[in-house]
Amino acid sequence: MSSTSHAYRRNTLWNAALVHRLSGIGLAIFLPIHFLALGLALSGAAKLEGFLRLTQMPVVTAAETILIFLLVVHFLGGLRLLALENGPWFSGQRRVALVAIGVAAVVALIFLVRLL
Amino acid sequence: MLLVPMILVHLAVIFYATSQNLTADAILSRTRGSVTWGLFYGIFVLLAAIHASIGVRNILQEWGRLRDRTAGQLAVLFGVLLLVLGLRAVAAVVMP
Amino acid sequence: MDESHSSIDVSIWRGDANGGFQSYRVPSRSDQTVLDVVTWVQRNVDPTLSYRFACRVGMCGSCAMTVNGRPRWTCRTHVKSVFQESKLEIAPLSNMPVIKDLASDMRVFFEKWTRARGSFAPNRSRTKAVEEIRPDTPARRFADEAIECINCGVCYAACDTVRWNEDYLGPAALNRAWALMNDVRDTAGRERLEAVSAKGGCHSCHSHQSCQAHCPQTLNPTRSIAGLKGLSLQAYLRGEIKP
Ligand code: SF4
Ligand code: SF4
Ligand code: FES
Repeated sequence: MSSTSHAYRRNTLWNAALVHRLSGIGLAIFLPIHFLALGLALSGAAKLEGFLRLTQMPVVTAAETILIFLLVVHFLGGLRLLALENGPWFSGQRRVALVAIGVAAVVALIFLVRLL
Repeated sequence: MLLVPMILVHLAVIFYATSQNLTADAILSRTRGSVTWGLFYGIFVLLAAIHASIGVRNILQEWGRLRDRTAGQLAVLFGVLLLVLGLRAVAAVVMP
Repeated sequence: MDESHSSIDVSIWRGDANGGFQSYRVPSRSDQTVLDVVTWVQRNVDPTLSYRFACRVGMCGSCAMTVNGRPRWTCRTHVKSVFQESKLEIAPLSNMPVIKDLASDMRVFFEKWTRARGSFAPNRSRTKAVEEIRPDTPARRFADEAIECINCGVCYAACDTVRWNEDYLGPAALNRAWALMNDVRDTAGRERLEAVSAKGGCHSCHSHQSCQAHCPQTLNPTRSIAGLKGLSLQAYLRGEIKP
Protein backbone atom coordinates (compact mmCIF):
# COMPACT_ATOMS: atom_id res chain seq x y z
CA MET A 1 0.00 0.00 0.00
CA SER A 2 2.46 2.62 1.12
CA SER A 3 5.72 3.17 2.86
CA THR A 4 4.07 3.24 6.25
CA SER A 5 1.89 0.19 5.77
CA HIS A 6 4.19 -1.98 7.89
CA ALA A 7 4.89 0.55 10.59
CA TYR A 8 3.38 -1.74 13.19
CA ARG A 9 6.41 -3.96 12.76
CA ARG A 10 8.75 -1.26 14.07
CA ASN A 11 8.70 -2.91 17.42
CA THR A 12 11.45 -4.65 19.33
CA LEU A 13 9.47 -7.78 19.96
CA TRP A 14 8.34 -8.11 16.37
CA ASN A 15 11.97 -7.91 15.34
CA ALA A 16 12.91 -10.43 18.00
CA ALA A 17 10.44 -12.81 16.39
CA LEU A 18 11.97 -12.09 13.00
CA VAL A 19 15.48 -12.75 14.31
CA HIS A 20 14.23 -15.99 15.82
CA ARG A 21 12.75 -17.14 12.55
CA LEU A 22 15.69 -16.12 10.39
CA SER A 23 18.19 -17.74 12.76
CA GLY A 24 16.04 -20.86 12.68
CA ILE A 25 16.15 -20.92 8.89
CA GLY A 26 19.89 -20.36 8.98
CA LEU A 27 20.40 -23.27 11.36
CA ALA A 28 18.09 -25.50 9.33
CA ILE A 29 20.18 -24.86 6.22
CA PHE A 30 23.41 -25.39 8.09
CA LEU A 31 22.50 -28.63 9.87
CA PRO A 32 22.56 -31.01 6.87
CA ILE A 33 25.89 -29.57 5.79
CA HIS A 34 27.24 -29.99 9.30
CA PHE A 35 26.13 -33.62 9.35
CA LEU A 36 27.61 -34.32 5.93
CA ALA A 37 30.93 -32.87 7.03
CA LEU A 38 31.04 -35.06 10.13
CA GLY A 39 30.05 -38.00 7.98
CA LEU A 40 33.41 -37.61 6.29
CA ALA A 41 34.87 -39.44 9.24
CA LEU A 42 33.21 -42.56 7.86
CA SER A 43 35.87 -42.72 5.21
CA GLY A 44 38.65 -42.18 7.69
CA ALA A 45 40.09 -39.55 9.92
CA ALA A 46 42.21 -38.17 7.12
CA LYS A 47 39.19 -36.93 5.20
CA LEU A 48 37.83 -35.17 8.27
CA GLU A 49 41.22 -33.73 9.03
CA GLY A 50 41.39 -32.32 5.52
CA PHE A 51 38.04 -30.69 6.09
CA LEU A 52 38.96 -29.35 9.49
CA ARG A 53 42.00 -27.76 7.96
CA LEU A 54 39.72 -25.96 5.56
CA THR A 55 38.09 -24.36 8.54
CA GLN A 56 41.23 -22.37 9.21
CA MET A 57 40.31 -20.16 6.29
CA PRO A 58 39.09 -16.71 7.36
CA VAL A 59 35.87 -17.01 5.38
CA VAL A 60 34.98 -20.20 7.16
CA THR A 61 35.88 -18.71 10.53
CA ALA A 62 33.55 -15.82 9.81
CA ALA A 63 30.80 -18.23 8.83
CA GLU A 64 31.36 -20.21 12.02
CA THR A 65 31.09 -17.08 14.09
CA ILE A 66 27.79 -16.29 12.46
CA LEU A 67 26.61 -19.83 13.14
CA ILE A 68 27.47 -19.53 16.80
CA PHE A 69 25.50 -16.30 16.86
CA LEU A 70 22.53 -17.97 15.19
CA LEU A 71 22.60 -20.90 17.58
CA VAL A 72 22.88 -18.79 20.71
CA VAL A 73 20.33 -16.24 19.57
CA HIS A 74 17.85 -18.97 18.64
CA PHE A 75 18.53 -20.72 21.92
CA LEU A 76 18.08 -17.65 24.12
CA GLY A 77 15.11 -16.41 22.12
CA GLY A 78 13.54 -19.82 22.50
CA LEU A 79 14.20 -19.74 26.24
CA ARG A 80 12.43 -16.39 26.46
CA LEU A 81 9.40 -17.82 24.67
CA LEU A 82 9.36 -20.91 26.86
CA ALA A 83 9.44 -18.77 29.97
CA LEU A 84 6.80 -16.45 28.61
CA GLU A 85 4.39 -19.15 27.56
CA ASN A 86 4.81 -21.46 30.52
CA GLY A 87 5.84 -19.35 33.43
CA PRO A 88 4.05 -16.53 35.18
CA TRP A 89 3.95 -13.39 33.07
CA PHE A 90 6.82 -11.02 33.51
CA SER A 91 7.12 -7.58 32.04
CA GLY A 92 10.21 -6.11 30.48
CA GLN A 93 10.04 -8.51 27.53
CA ARG A 94 11.67 -5.92 25.34
CA ARG A 95 14.72 -5.76 27.54
CA VAL A 96 14.95 -9.54 27.82
CA ALA A 97 14.82 -9.88 24.05
CA LEU A 98 17.48 -7.24 23.55
CA VAL A 99 19.71 -8.83 26.17
CA ALA A 100 19.29 -12.19 24.44
CA ILE A 101 20.46 -10.74 21.14
CA GLY A 102 23.29 -8.90 22.87
CA VAL A 103 24.52 -11.98 24.73
CA ALA A 104 24.43 -14.00 21.52
CA ALA A 105 26.57 -11.38 19.80
CA VAL A 106 29.03 -11.37 22.70
CA VAL A 107 29.34 -15.17 22.76
CA ALA A 108 29.94 -15.19 19.01
CA LEU A 109 32.58 -12.49 19.40
CA ILE A 110 34.35 -14.43 22.15
CA PHE A 111 34.38 -17.40 19.84
CA LEU A 112 35.86 -15.31 17.07
CA VAL A 113 38.51 -13.70 19.23
CA ARG A 114 39.67 -17.03 20.58
CA LEU A 115 40.05 -18.42 17.09
CA LEU A 116 42.09 -15.49 15.85
CA MET B 1 12.78 -28.46 26.63
CA LEU B 2 15.33 -31.25 26.72
CA LEU B 3 17.10 -29.35 23.99
CA VAL B 4 18.01 -26.62 26.47
CA PRO B 5 20.70 -28.46 28.46
CA MET B 6 21.84 -30.30 25.36
CA ILE B 7 22.53 -27.10 23.47
CA LEU B 8 24.56 -25.86 26.42
CA VAL B 9 26.65 -29.03 26.37
CA HIS B 10 27.02 -28.78 22.62
CA LEU B 11 28.21 -25.17 22.89
CA ALA B 12 30.69 -26.19 25.55
CA VAL B 13 31.97 -28.92 23.26
CA ILE B 14 32.38 -26.46 20.41
CA PHE B 15 34.32 -24.06 22.57
CA TYR B 16 36.42 -26.87 24.00
CA ALA B 17 37.23 -28.39 20.61
CA THR B 18 38.15 -25.10 19.04
CA SER B 19 40.13 -23.81 21.98
CA GLN B 20 42.28 -26.92 22.06
CA ASN B 21 42.57 -26.66 18.30
CA LEU B 22 41.85 -30.36 18.16
CA THR B 23 42.80 -32.32 15.07
CA ALA B 24 40.45 -34.83 13.55
CA ASP B 25 42.47 -37.66 15.08
CA ALA B 26 42.31 -36.06 18.48
CA ILE B 27 38.57 -35.59 18.26
CA LEU B 28 37.93 -39.06 17.01
CA SER B 29 40.13 -40.63 19.64
CA ARG B 30 37.97 -38.95 22.24
CA THR B 31 34.67 -39.95 20.71
CA ARG B 32 35.20 -43.36 19.15
CA GLY B 33 33.75 -46.17 21.16
CA SER B 34 32.12 -43.83 23.65
CA VAL B 35 28.55 -44.91 24.37
CA THR B 36 27.89 -41.69 26.25
CA TRP B 37 28.73 -39.43 23.33
CA GLY B 38 26.87 -41.71 20.99
CA LEU B 39 23.70 -41.62 23.07
CA PHE B 40 23.96 -37.92 23.77
CA TYR B 41 24.37 -36.90 20.18
CA GLY B 42 21.92 -39.53 18.96
CA ILE B 43 19.17 -38.03 21.10
CA PHE B 44 20.31 -34.52 20.27
CA VAL B 45 19.99 -35.26 16.56
CA LEU B 46 16.56 -36.80 17.01
CA LEU B 47 15.23 -33.81 18.96
CA ALA B 48 16.81 -31.33 16.59
CA ALA B 49 15.25 -33.11 13.61
CA ILE B 50 11.80 -33.02 15.18
CA HIS B 51 12.15 -29.40 16.22
CA ALA B 52 13.50 -28.31 12.84
CA SER B 53 10.81 -30.08 10.85
CA ILE B 54 8.04 -28.47 12.89
CA GLY B 55 9.60 -25.07 12.42
CA VAL B 56 10.12 -25.64 8.72
CA ARG B 57 6.50 -26.69 8.31
CA ASN B 58 5.27 -23.50 9.93
CA ILE B 59 7.52 -21.36 7.79
CA LEU B 60 6.49 -23.15 4.60
CA GLN B 61 2.84 -22.59 5.48
CA GLU B 62 3.16 -18.98 6.52
CA TRP B 63 5.84 -17.60 4.26
CA GLY B 64 5.85 -20.21 1.52
CA ARG B 65 2.06 -20.07 1.25
CA LEU B 66 2.05 -23.82 0.67
CA ARG B 67 -1.02 -25.84 1.37
CA ASP B 68 -0.89 -27.52 4.76
CA ARG B 69 -0.53 -31.01 3.33
CA THR B 70 2.31 -30.10 1.01
CA ALA B 71 4.09 -28.17 3.74
CA GLY B 72 3.64 -31.09 6.14
CA GLN B 73 5.03 -33.60 3.67
CA LEU B 74 8.03 -31.45 2.79
CA ALA B 75 8.72 -30.88 6.48
CA VAL B 76 8.58 -34.60 7.26
CA LEU B 77 10.93 -35.23 4.36
CA PHE B 78 13.32 -32.62 5.74
CA GLY B 79 13.08 -34.11 9.22
CA VAL B 80 13.86 -37.59 7.95
CA LEU B 81 16.77 -36.26 5.93
CA LEU B 82 18.14 -34.55 9.02
CA LEU B 83 17.66 -37.68 11.09
CA VAL B 84 19.41 -39.94 8.58
CA LEU B 85 22.30 -37.59 7.95
CA GLY B 86 22.60 -36.80 11.63
CA LEU B 87 22.63 -40.38 12.83
CA ARG B 88 25.07 -41.24 10.06
CA ALA B 89 27.33 -38.45 11.30
CA VAL B 90 27.06 -39.63 14.89
CA ALA B 91 27.84 -43.16 13.79
CA ALA B 92 30.80 -41.93 11.79
CA VAL B 93 32.23 -40.16 14.76
CA VAL B 94 31.61 -42.66 17.56
CA MET B 95 31.82 -46.05 15.90
CA PRO B 96 35.12 -47.63 16.74
CA MET C 1 -1.96 32.15 12.44
CA ASP C 2 0.02 31.11 9.42
CA GLU C 3 -1.31 28.57 6.94
CA SER C 4 0.97 25.66 7.81
CA HIS C 5 -0.19 25.73 11.42
CA SER C 6 -3.85 26.11 10.80
CA SER C 7 -4.29 23.15 8.51
CA ILE C 8 -2.98 19.63 8.08
CA ASP C 9 -2.60 17.47 5.00
CA VAL C 10 -4.05 14.05 5.31
CA SER C 11 -4.12 11.05 2.94
CA ILE C 12 -7.22 8.93 3.15
CA TRP C 13 -7.75 5.58 1.47
CA ARG C 14 -10.57 5.72 -1.09
CA GLY C 15 -12.25 2.86 -2.89
CA ASP C 16 -11.96 -0.87 -2.37
CA ALA C 17 -8.81 -3.00 -2.14
CA ASN C 18 -7.68 -1.60 -5.51
CA GLY C 19 -8.24 1.97 -4.46
CA GLY C 20 -5.62 4.48 -3.47
CA PHE C 21 -4.81 7.35 -1.17
CA GLN C 22 -6.27 10.76 -1.80
CA SER C 23 -5.08 13.96 -0.15
CA TYR C 24 -7.22 16.40 1.76
CA ARG C 25 -6.45 19.58 3.62
CA VAL C 26 -8.20 19.75 6.95
CA PRO C 27 -8.24 22.64 9.42
CA SER C 28 -6.14 21.88 12.41
CA ARG C 29 -7.68 22.08 15.89
CA SER C 30 -6.16 21.50 19.26
CA ASP C 31 -6.90 18.07 20.72
CA GLN C 32 -8.28 16.91 17.41
CA THR C 33 -8.62 13.15 17.04
CA VAL C 34 -8.04 11.13 13.89
CA LEU C 35 -11.76 10.41 13.84
CA ASP C 36 -12.45 14.16 13.93
CA VAL C 37 -10.31 14.57 10.82
CA VAL C 38 -12.20 11.86 8.97
CA THR C 39 -15.53 13.29 10.05
CA TRP C 40 -14.50 16.77 8.91
CA VAL C 41 -13.66 15.45 5.45
CA GLN C 42 -16.97 13.65 5.18
CA ARG C 43 -19.01 16.63 6.32
CA ASN C 44 -17.16 19.31 4.39
CA VAL C 45 -15.45 17.79 1.37
CA ASP C 46 -16.96 14.50 0.30
CA PRO C 47 -20.14 13.10 1.86
CA THR C 48 -19.55 9.77 0.10
CA LEU C 49 -16.57 8.97 2.33
CA SER C 50 -17.44 5.76 4.19
CA TYR C 51 -16.22 4.96 7.68
CA ARG C 52 -17.55 3.57 10.93
CA PHE C 53 -17.90 4.93 14.43
CA ALA C 54 -20.47 5.08 17.16
CA CYS C 55 -19.51 6.05 20.69
CA ARG C 56 -16.55 8.40 20.09
CA VAL C 57 -15.33 7.64 23.61
CA GLY C 58 -13.49 4.34 23.19
CA MET C 59 -16.23 1.97 24.21
CA CYS C 60 -17.85 0.50 21.13
CA GLY C 61 -14.80 -0.60 19.17
CA SER C 62 -16.16 0.37 15.77
CA CYS C 63 -13.78 3.14 14.73
CA ALA C 64 -10.50 1.25 14.28
CA MET C 65 -8.42 2.17 11.23
CA THR C 66 -4.82 2.01 10.12
CA VAL C 67 -3.16 5.28 11.05
CA ASN C 68 0.33 5.83 9.65
CA GLY C 69 0.69 2.09 9.25
CA ARG C 70 -0.48 1.09 12.71
CA PRO C 71 -3.92 -0.11 13.70
CA ARG C 72 -5.54 2.25 16.19
CA TRP C 73 -8.85 3.29 17.66
CA THR C 74 -9.31 6.60 15.92
CA CYS C 75 -11.73 8.25 18.35
CA ARG C 76 -9.13 8.15 21.11
CA THR C 77 -6.07 8.85 18.99
CA HIS C 78 -4.99 12.46 18.96
CA VAL C 79 -3.63 13.71 15.69
CA LYS C 80 -0.67 15.29 17.40
CA SER C 81 0.37 11.99 18.93
CA VAL C 82 0.64 10.24 15.57
CA PHE C 83 1.71 13.05 13.28
CA GLN C 84 4.98 11.76 11.88
CA GLU C 85 7.07 13.88 9.56
CA SER C 86 3.94 15.99 9.28
CA LYS C 87 2.23 13.11 7.62
CA LEU C 88 -1.12 11.60 8.42
CA GLU C 89 -2.20 8.58 6.45
CA ILE C 90 -5.49 6.87 7.23
CA ALA C 91 -6.39 3.50 5.76
CA PRO C 92 -8.94 0.81 6.58
CA LEU C 93 -8.05 -1.84 9.11
CA SER C 94 -5.85 -4.52 7.55
CA ASN C 95 -6.17 -8.31 7.58
CA MET C 96 -9.80 -7.86 6.51
CA PRO C 97 -11.37 -7.24 3.11
CA VAL C 98 -11.98 -3.58 2.34
CA ILE C 99 -15.63 -2.77 1.75
CA LYS C 100 -15.14 0.83 0.77
CA ASP C 101 -12.87 3.66 1.88
CA LEU C 102 -12.20 3.29 5.61
CA ALA C 103 -14.72 0.56 6.29
CA SER C 104 -13.38 -2.96 6.31
CA ASP C 105 -15.41 -6.10 6.47
CA MET C 106 -15.24 -7.52 9.98
CA ARG C 107 -17.42 -10.54 9.34
CA VAL C 108 -14.60 -13.10 9.38
CA PHE C 109 -13.24 -11.51 12.54
CA PHE C 110 -16.55 -12.11 14.31
CA GLU C 111 -17.07 -15.54 12.76
CA LYS C 112 -13.81 -16.52 14.39
CA TRP C 113 -15.19 -15.44 17.75
CA THR C 114 -17.98 -17.91 17.21
CA ARG C 115 -15.56 -20.58 16.06
CA ALA C 116 -13.51 -20.07 19.22
CA ARG C 117 -16.70 -20.59 21.24
CA GLY C 118 -16.73 -17.05 22.45
CA SER C 119 -20.25 -17.33 23.83
CA PHE C 120 -21.04 -17.93 27.45
CA ALA C 121 -22.71 -21.24 28.36
CA PRO C 122 -24.38 -20.62 31.72
CA ASN C 123 -24.65 -23.27 34.40
CA ARG C 124 -27.91 -22.07 35.92
CA SER C 125 -31.12 -20.51 34.78
CA ARG C 126 -32.51 -17.10 35.69
CA THR C 127 -34.65 -18.54 38.43
CA LYS C 128 -31.62 -19.49 40.48
CA ALA C 129 -29.71 -17.09 42.63
CA VAL C 130 -26.60 -15.39 41.22
CA GLU C 131 -23.47 -17.36 41.89
CA GLU C 132 -20.96 -15.78 44.18
CA ILE C 133 -17.45 -15.42 42.81
CA ARG C 134 -14.70 -14.18 45.02
CA PRO C 135 -12.74 -11.38 43.37
CA ASP C 136 -9.42 -12.64 44.67
CA THR C 137 -9.49 -16.11 43.15
CA PRO C 138 -6.88 -16.66 40.43
CA ALA C 139 -9.46 -17.55 37.79
CA ARG C 140 -11.44 -14.39 38.52
CA ARG C 141 -8.26 -12.34 38.23
CA PHE C 142 -7.39 -13.88 34.87
CA ALA C 143 -10.90 -13.28 33.60
CA ASP C 144 -10.74 -9.70 34.85
CA GLU C 145 -7.61 -8.99 32.90
CA ALA C 146 -9.04 -10.32 29.67
CA ILE C 147 -12.62 -9.14 29.89
CA GLU C 148 -12.35 -5.49 28.87
CA CYS C 149 -12.13 -6.24 25.15
CA ILE C 150 -14.20 -3.90 22.97
CA ASN C 151 -14.01 -6.07 19.81
CA CYS C 152 -12.24 -3.36 17.90
CA GLY C 153 -10.09 -5.68 15.77
CA VAL C 154 -6.91 -3.66 16.32
CA CYS C 155 -4.98 -6.66 17.64
CA TYR C 156 -6.29 -8.79 14.77
CA ALA C 157 -5.00 -6.25 12.26
CA ALA C 158 -1.62 -6.08 14.00
CA CYS C 159 -1.11 -9.85 14.08
CA ASP C 160 1.12 -11.24 11.36
CA THR C 161 0.02 -14.77 12.09
CA VAL C 162 -3.47 -13.70 11.00
CA ARG C 163 -1.88 -12.18 7.91
CA TRP C 164 -0.02 -15.40 7.05
CA ASN C 165 -2.51 -18.04 8.12
CA GLU C 166 -6.11 -17.46 7.14
CA ASP C 167 -7.33 -20.16 9.50
CA TYR C 168 -5.83 -18.49 12.54
CA LEU C 169 -8.50 -17.43 15.02
CA GLY C 170 -6.54 -14.37 16.06
CA PRO C 171 -5.77 -12.67 19.36
CA ALA C 172 -9.21 -11.23 20.17
CA ALA C 173 -11.21 -14.44 19.75
CA LEU C 174 -8.62 -16.44 21.69
CA ASN C 175 -8.46 -13.82 24.41
CA ARG C 176 -12.24 -14.08 24.71
CA ALA C 177 -12.00 -17.87 24.93
CA TRP C 178 -9.45 -17.51 27.73
CA ALA C 179 -11.74 -15.15 29.65
CA LEU C 180 -14.53 -17.72 29.45
CA MET C 181 -12.23 -20.58 30.41
CA ASN C 182 -11.72 -18.70 33.65
CA ASP C 183 -15.40 -18.12 34.22
CA VAL C 184 -16.47 -20.72 36.78
CA ARG C 185 -20.11 -20.34 35.74
CA ASP C 186 -19.39 -21.49 32.21
CA THR C 187 -20.06 -25.10 31.23
CA ALA C 188 -18.59 -25.35 27.72
CA GLY C 189 -14.94 -25.55 28.75
CA ARG C 190 -14.11 -28.83 27.08
CA GLU C 191 -15.74 -27.93 23.77
CA ARG C 192 -14.06 -24.54 23.83
CA LEU C 193 -10.66 -26.07 24.48
CA GLU C 194 -11.25 -28.42 21.60
CA ALA C 195 -12.17 -25.49 19.36
CA VAL C 196 -9.14 -23.41 20.28
CA SER C 197 -6.77 -26.39 20.07
CA ALA C 198 -7.79 -27.24 16.52
CA LYS C 199 -5.88 -26.12 13.46
CA GLY C 200 -5.53 -22.36 13.42
CA GLY C 201 -6.11 -22.20 17.16
CA CYS C 202 -3.93 -21.11 20.05
CA HIS C 203 -1.00 -23.29 19.02
CA SER C 204 -0.55 -21.24 15.86
CA CYS C 205 0.34 -18.15 17.90
CA HIS C 206 4.02 -17.22 17.80
CA SER C 207 3.94 -14.88 20.79
CA HIS C 208 5.01 -11.85 18.77
CA GLN C 209 3.11 -9.66 21.21
CA SER C 210 2.13 -7.28 18.42
CA CYS C 211 -1.42 -7.71 19.62
CA GLN C 212 -0.45 -6.68 23.12
CA ALA C 213 1.58 -3.74 21.86
CA HIS C 214 -1.38 -2.34 19.94
CA CYS C 215 -4.44 -3.20 22.03
CA PRO C 216 -6.01 0.16 22.97
CA GLN C 217 -7.44 -1.40 26.11
CA THR C 218 -3.94 -2.52 27.10
CA LEU C 219 -5.07 -6.11 27.24
CA ASN C 220 -2.54 -8.86 26.83
CA PRO C 221 -3.84 -11.45 24.35
CA THR C 222 -0.39 -13.05 24.20
CA ARG C 223 -0.66 -14.04 27.81
CA SER C 224 -4.24 -15.22 27.37
CA ILE C 225 -3.19 -17.40 24.46
CA ALA C 226 -0.26 -18.76 26.45
CA GLY C 227 -2.80 -19.69 29.12
CA LEU C 228 -4.89 -21.51 26.54
CA LYS C 229 -1.83 -23.35 25.28
CA GLY C 230 -1.22 -24.61 28.79
CA LEU C 231 -4.85 -25.66 29.34
CA SER C 232 -4.92 -27.31 25.94
CA LEU C 233 -1.78 -29.31 26.68
CA GLN C 234 -3.11 -30.40 30.08
CA ALA C 235 -6.42 -31.48 28.57
CA TYR C 236 -4.57 -33.39 25.88
CA LEU C 237 -2.40 -35.17 28.43
CA ARG C 238 -5.50 -36.08 30.41
CA GLY C 239 -7.01 -37.44 27.23
CA GLU C 240 -9.94 -35.00 27.25
CA ILE C 241 -9.22 -33.64 23.83
CA LYS C 242 -7.65 -35.23 20.78
CA PRO C 243 -5.04 -33.58 18.61
S1 SF4 D 1 1.18 -12.97 20.11
FE1 SF4 D 1 -0.06 -14.40 18.93
S2 SF4 D 1 -1.97 -13.32 18.63
FE2 SF4 D 1 -0.52 -11.78 19.33
S3 SF4 D 1 0.32 -10.89 17.45
FE3 SF4 D 1 1.61 -12.62 17.96
S4 SF4 D 1 0.81 -14.39 16.88
FE4 SF4 D 1 -0.75 -12.78 16.89
S1 SF4 E 1 -8.09 -7.44 22.56
FE1 SF4 E 1 -7.78 -5.24 22.52
S2 SF4 E 1 -7.20 -4.80 20.39
FE2 SF4 E 1 -8.11 -6.81 20.42
S3 SF4 E 1 -10.24 -6.50 19.90
FE3 SF4 E 1 -10.08 -6.51 22.14
S4 SF4 E 1 -9.81 -4.39 22.72
FE4 SF4 E 1 -9.42 -4.51 20.53
S1 FES F 1 -16.08 5.27 18.16
FE1 FES F 1 -16.48 3.80 19.72
S2 FES F 1 -14.47 3.11 20.20
FE2 FES F 1 -14.08 4.69 18.80
